[in-house]
Amino acid sequence: MRDLTLNTSAQMQKRHRKETRFKWYGRIAILLSLAFLVFMFAAILLRGMSAFQQTKIGLDISFNEQVIDPAGTRDPGDMARANYKPLISAGLAEVFPEVTERREKNQLYKLISNGGMFELGQMVVENPELIGTKQTIWLSASSEADLFMKGKIDAKVEEELRRFKDRDIAWFNTLKDQGKIKKKFNTTFFKSGDSREPEMAGILGAAFGSFFSLLVCFVISFPLGILTAVYLEEFAKKNRITDLIEVNINNLAAVPSIVFGLLGLSIFLNFFNLPRSTPLVGGIVLALMTLPTIIIASRSILRSVPQNIRDAALGLGASKTQTTFHHVVPLAMPGMLTGTILGMARALGETAPLLMIGMVAFIVDIPKGITDVATSLPVQIFLWADSPEKGFVERTSAAIIVLLVFLVLMNLFAVYLRRRMERRW
Amino acid sequence: MEKQIETAKPVKPAIMTAKNVDVFYGKNQAIDNVTLDIPENQITALIGPSGCGKSTFLRCFNRMNDTIDICKVSGDIRFAGQDIYDPKVDVVALRARIGMVFQKANPFPKSIYDNVAYGPRIHDLAESKDELTEIVIKSLKRAGLYDEVADRLDDSGTSLSGGQQQRLCIARAIAVDPQIILMDEPCSALDPIATAIIEELMESMKERYTIVIVTHSMAQAARVSQKTGFFHLGKLIEHGDTDKIFTNPDNELTQNYISGRIG
Amino acid sequence: MNSHFDASVDLNLRHAKRSTQLKELAIKSVLIASSLVAILTTIGIVLSLSFEAFRFFGKIPFFDFLFGLDWSPQTAIRSDQVGSSGAFGVVPLLTGTMLISFIAMVVATPLGLYSAVYLAEYAKPKTRNWVKPMLELLAGIPTVVYGFFAALVVAPIIRSMGSGVGFEISSESAMAAGLVMGIMLIPFISSLSDDVINAVPQALRDASYGMGATQAETITKVVLPAATPGIMGSLLLAISRAIGETMIVVMAAGLAAKLSLNPFEAVTTMTVQIVTLLTGDQEFDSAKTLAAFAIALYLLVLTLGLNIIALKIVDNYKKKYA
Repeated sequence: MRDLTLNTSAQMQKRHRKETRFKWYGRIAILLSLAFLVFMFAAILLRGMSAFQQTKIGLDISFNEQVIDPAGTRDPGDMARANYKPLISAGLAEVFPEVTERREKNQLYKLISNGGMFELGQMVVENPELIGTKQTIWLSASSEADLFMKGKIDAKVEEELRRFKDRDIAWFNTLKDQGKIKKKFNTTFFKSGDSREPEMAGILGAAFGSFFSLLVCFVISFPLGILTAVYLEEFAKKNRITDLIEVNINNLAAVPSIVFGLLGLSIFLNFFNLPRSTPLVGGIVLALMTLPTIIIASRSILRSVPQNIRDAALGLGASKTQTTFHHVVPLAMPGMLTGTILGMARALGETAPLLMIGMVAFIVDIPKGITDVATSLPVQIFLWADSPEKGFVERTSAAIIVLLVFLVLMNLFAVYLRRRMERRW
Repeated sequence: MEKQIETAKPVKPAIMTAKNVDVFYGKNQAIDNVTLDIPENQITALIGPSGCGKSTFLRCFNRMNDTIDICKVSGDIRFAGQDIYDPKVDVVALRARIGMVFQKANPFPKSIYDNVAYGPRIHDLAESKDELTEIVIKSLKRAGLYDEVADRLDDSGTSLSGGQQQRLCIARAIAVDPQIILMDEPCSALDPIATAIIEELMESMKERYTIVIVTHSMAQAARVSQKTGFFHLGKLIEHGDTDKIFTNPDNELTQNYISGRIG
Repeated sequence: MNSHFDASVDLNLRHAKRSTQLKELAIKSVLIASSLVAILTTIGIVLSLSFEAFRFFGKIPFFDFLFGLDWSPQTAIRSDQVGSSGAFGVVPLLTGTMLISFIAMVVATPLGLYSAVYLAEYAKPKTRNWVKPMLELLAGIPTVVYGFFAALVVAPIIRSMGSGVGFEISSESAMAAGLVMGIMLIPFISSLSDDVINAVPQALRDASYGMGATQAETITKVVLPAATPGIMGSLLLAISRAIGETMIVVMAAGLAAKLSLNPFEAVTTMTVQIVTLLTGDQEFDSAKTLAAFAIALYLLVLTLGLNIIALKIVDNYKKKYA
């Protein structure tokens, strides 16, 4: 007689425990992956947020005409180039009259950023009225002072091991007690190009480099990608050449990005002699890289356009091209644009190929067009990450935050487009 | 009247009873207050037009509906006197006692041997390799497939013909020696010859197993079953001896269906 | 019936047809030309890499490159030096690449596969709808960010953990780069495996449940074996990704071309060396710069080979259950 009981047995219980364990492995795998994501974001946010503020030191500066513009011509070039160092030194001397020895004075001066002089020059050029007056001016503190202010230099560490010495700390605290130190929103970071001084370095140059590269990338890859997709989906007959193109596109999507960089180096730089280190070449390389992504995405969108729309147009006597470009492509356009934006978002994060075509240089100037030398946001991150100065750590993280914000915005835009334009067939 | 019928034929005890069963898919009622007994060692056929709920009802017996989130079953279904929806019931045990064969043959993409050995392996039914092989061979024999595949047990189960695949699935179900085998339109994808072989097989299996078969073919129901239940729009319209249902149904709907006026 | 009328209509139509035909032809040519760009890109890649690589093999024998155990192109800086051509044996780079890829796969495979299984088989649609994009976010983060994270956060953690048990670990290590790369690869494995698992017919699961198998048994004994080819494909694609990945290794793995399988030492990879060789101020035709192209060609052959095999496997798999 068979066992007809439906109650559980020891063997079944064991199996159910295994089931529970197995399910938990899955949960743990997902939790671990997501935890890592959160950990990485948190680590970067934690390090990067402080970079959005910059320590400023307020000094009473007398804008001495003798120093700034002895000739009295008020020529902007002369005024910008004038040596403002004495003015700053004088301002410091007012707070610290006891510091007289030359080496000490130099040390004291190092509280202020090297860029302080340029800040003053800029102010005077913008507002020549300042000359002859005495004002409290908030100058950027040096990177060391900035780090100390943000609690990133530990005063308890042996003096030998830190660049911000006990004496610096004493001066800094004196200034702080007098209310001459405060943290302000770091506009420099968003308004300048690269710099050797962390406190003077900004991402605007890199951002423009990225923008111009993406512009070139879009102009090339969007039409090419869409036309290729249209050809393969709507016109191409099933034959060996079409197969070859298809296999080729799938494989191109898997070619390591650095190889595209080498392609750019040997073909566009060495063979066609296009200008090195420029968004033009960067954009072309990124376009070739993004092309497969756009083609693959666009094809799947075209495939989702129902056949009866084509049949309707063809039935009214429209030609194949008319049908395709008057009816099918407009319907698929939002989807194809979404795919392109997602491809561009990936291109925005690409670093390796740009290194190969020389977009990895110390470039202070902000590029004005696609043929100016430039870097890009991710390359700037790479460069700063490689810098030994401690002040660049927070700036690297901050640049990453900015890059991620751009990526999120692009993705949100793509999602918005998809939601907005989504058609239900 | 009813008593007369019961005494006229030998009555088998019901191994499975369903009382006032309702099934809902979300808000749609798929089964409406069905009460039906499944007698032991007989073949019970569930017939009716497609979408009438006969498959849904069949899947209540081994709680296959559990895998569908929105499916809610209520009522009292008992197997050998035990409420199968009782929280104490282990669905693993239930399905080991009540096997199932599906509409489309679904052998695993494994060897013929491994297909049949799957159940005994997961339920730890064999103590040794030899015993497992013994079970596999016995099951294949009972499913009438052994002679055809004896020399290629290592071939993939998917390499067999449609009818053979379905018999492989039957062998796979038999391997855990269930009390009941549920068959959900097992021949709907087969040719008449393969169907005839399986019908013959069912006849011989009846000695050892209780079979509940869902079929859209009235001829098949008439050929193989001893009891028939006719479903229409989620309701069990009429049930009883197959002979009676097909020759002298009580209900006009049944009459109409049998005679092909609805379908 | 007016025969004259009929003829004129016919003529007009034919006339119209010819101009549209010309236009259609022009448009079609543009379309074909666009499609050829993808082909041209491939040809450009293959030709440019091969051309420079052959020039390199003119200076350094092919077999010295392929089987050489010593990589020290730095010695080539001074032309008057003995052995001024440097040593260009690619084997240490290959082992470094493989070591890091291996570590990455050890991390990514279980996490990716278990995630995929959970999402495909257990997760409620609601959970799935937000977890899946979250996981895919991992693939959307620029690799330079991973590289920074590996160098700045992960490497020090590994180092301090090492010194905690009295174990000296260099600040750049295969471990840090491999771990972080593994995390990056999770979505490559989970997304494709998820698709593949979903493609396994429900009928197979039903058959297993119908036998009284638990869900875990059904997954491990029926679903995963059935999905194995597709999963293998996804793993191969992930390996191909790992081999070609550049920024993480450039920033976290180091430059030391040692023939070592110790994951706590600094190792170098093929991609790292390409970057190092081509970002210095080099004259372009030196063996050093040309070596980069030879490495890149090797890299291309490896990744494309893996990719072609992977796509083939996945393709066959999809056809099986289509």
